[in-house]
Amino acid sequence: MINFLILPILIPLITGVLLIFANKSIKLQRWIAGLSAFLTVIVAALLVQKVRNDGVQTLNLSNWDAPFGITLVSDMFSALLVLTTSIVALACVIYSFKGIGEDREKFHYYSAVNFLIVGVNGAFTTGDIFNLFVFFEVMLMSSYVLIILGGTKIQLRESIKYILVNVISSALFVISIAYLYSVVGTLNIAHISVRLSEISGVSQPGIITVLGVLFLIVFGLKGAIFPLYFWLPGSYYAPPAPVMALFGALLTKVGVYSITRTYSMFFYQESGFIQQLLIILAILTVIAGIIGALAYWDVKKIVIYNIIVAVGVILFGVATMNIDALTGSVFYLIHDMIIKAALFLLVGLMAAIAGTSNLRSMGGMIKRYPGLGWTFFLAALALSGIPPLSGFVGKLLIVQGGFSSEHYWGAAIVLISSLLVLISIMKIFINGIWGKPRSFETENSVPYRKLMIAPVMLVVLSIFYGVGADFVYPYISQAAETLTNANIYIDAVLKE
Amino acid sequence: MKTNDLILQTATKLILFLIVLFSIYIFFAGHYTPGGGFVGGLLTSGAILLLLLAFDLKMVQNILPFNYLYMVALGLLFAIGTGAGALLFNTPFLTHAFGDIHLPVLGELHLHTATLFDLGVYLVVVGVTMTIIQTIGGDE
Repeated sequence: MINFLILPILIPLITGVLLIFANKSIKLQRWIAGLSAFLTVIVAALLVQKVRNDGVQTLNLSNWDAPFGITLVSDMFSALLVLTTSIVALACVIYSFKGIGEDREKFHYYSAVNFLIVGVNGAFTTGDIFNLFVFFEVMLMSSYVLIILGGTKIQLRESIKYILVNVISSALFVISIAYLYSVVGTLNIAHISVRLSEISGVSQPGIITVLGVLFLIVFGLKGAIFPLYFWLPGSYYAPPAPVMALFGALLTKVGVYSITRTYSMFFYQESGFIQQLLIILAILTVIAGIIGALAYWDVKKIVIYNIIVAVGVILFGVATMNIDALTGSVFYLIHDMIIKAALFLLVGLMAAIAGTSNLRSMGGMIKRYPGLGWTFFLAALALSGIPPLSGFVGKLLIVQGGFSSEHYWGAAIVLISSLLVLISIMKIFINGIWGKPRSFETENSVPYRKLMIAPVMLVVLSIFYGVGADFVYPYISQAAETLTNANIYIDAVLKE
Repeated sequence: MKTNDLILQTATKLILFLIVLFSIYIFFAGHYTPGGGFVGGLLTSGAILLLLLAFDLKMVQNILPFNYLYMVALGLLFAIGTGAGALLFNTPFLTHAFGDIHLPVLGELHLHTATLFDLGVYLVVVGVTMTIIQTIGGDE
């Protein structure tokens, strides 16, 4: 079946459309959304195995040959991310059954979630730079719906900023693509890579640097790197927990993926300016994120700032362009998607029980909710990278790669950042879960047990991901191999 | 104040059908010549919009009692279905097929699956435009 790699995009797309018809019956919507999310996970897992066995998969849409039509490409990197996305989506859909409220469910909530997954999976899979823009738009359009759905005051205020930032960055994205197209005359990512290596040797290497910086700005806005993350803490704070989990786990990661992809395909042959820039920005991102995470006393804000830290850590690994660090980055990226989704769901649950997300008015939850407390504790340890949990292997490889490519300062800051991440997240544990038990007015209306299913599922998965690192490692290193050697990707697409 | 829109209403009754007919013509002008589902859909929504301007929202909803959101979804199903049909023949997604068919009354026909895709686009465009207009227009 040659169309296999499109199924993780196609299934959510068809589901999203069918769900529009089913808007009258919430029960039917839940069944359809849940089953299709489950089916997507299975298909994505099969895809990963297929890529493992048969190498990079490509599909020329409409049967137009490679550089002329739109090509979808699934290498191990993208297949793994598609699988992780599908798992996170499944968890968020399960959480939404009890956690989002019937009002939102009636107004096409599940459709929007499915279209969001179409956009994210599509962005991970496409092998065409303009098509990447299109999938970005699909993803953003659905995220506009999700961020405003419900129409509370804070949502309306933040969505204006969110839409404004994203419209501007989308415009800049098209401009950058046009600029790139005028230089190389093609949109196929593999073909662009070939053309760029031809011109970089001959004349005007400066123009590649300009292009690289432009793309860095565009993807940096989506992926929240140092000076461009200003919109993120406010916007992600507004929507309810499952939407926040989807955004936090997936949207910034698409930006990170795009930076990694363009950087490893286009700009690896550039003079080194972009590499320096990326390393400096990554380190500054880590520092800015840490400051935010330590400063706030609001559980949601603390986790949101931890997204920014993770983006910095991953990009530092990517920027060193060293096989160890890249493997670490891929490892950490997947870990981070799972654990951030789990943390957002847990924090959302805590906020729902306490009726506020202010840490100062929480406390003593472990007395009445021991399951929540210990799940959160495990997630916190995994986040900061305590062995043998899943954050450890990734960070170890990134730091190792940083030292061996002589970026001592960067690697040291990444190391220190784990400690500070631990402090910031333990602050939630000590003040919110530990401490003197309080009683909350809102807690009895929260369907605690049913809401715990999704985060427990994710945390268990993350533990297996860490403990079973030996089993996962071959997949990850295959992904990193494609990233360090652009020719694998190019040969698969252009069939030379 | 009651405005006198007799001329507009009378003209609309005639022009409406011309625009709809023209939009159908444009729709079938299809994928080789200028035209297609998008333009056709916009023209049709233009016609309905004219009806809205000449009369009022309630009356138009009586004449055309569609749920435009379902129309969008139906259009999407057509478009995706055309693309996904290629999966049955193990050809890449979105691969189209065409052929010449002889029908007794109509004569030689050149049929192309792109028309089905365009029908989807047409429905989506009409549905989306009308949803937007009704939402804004229905807001007091």
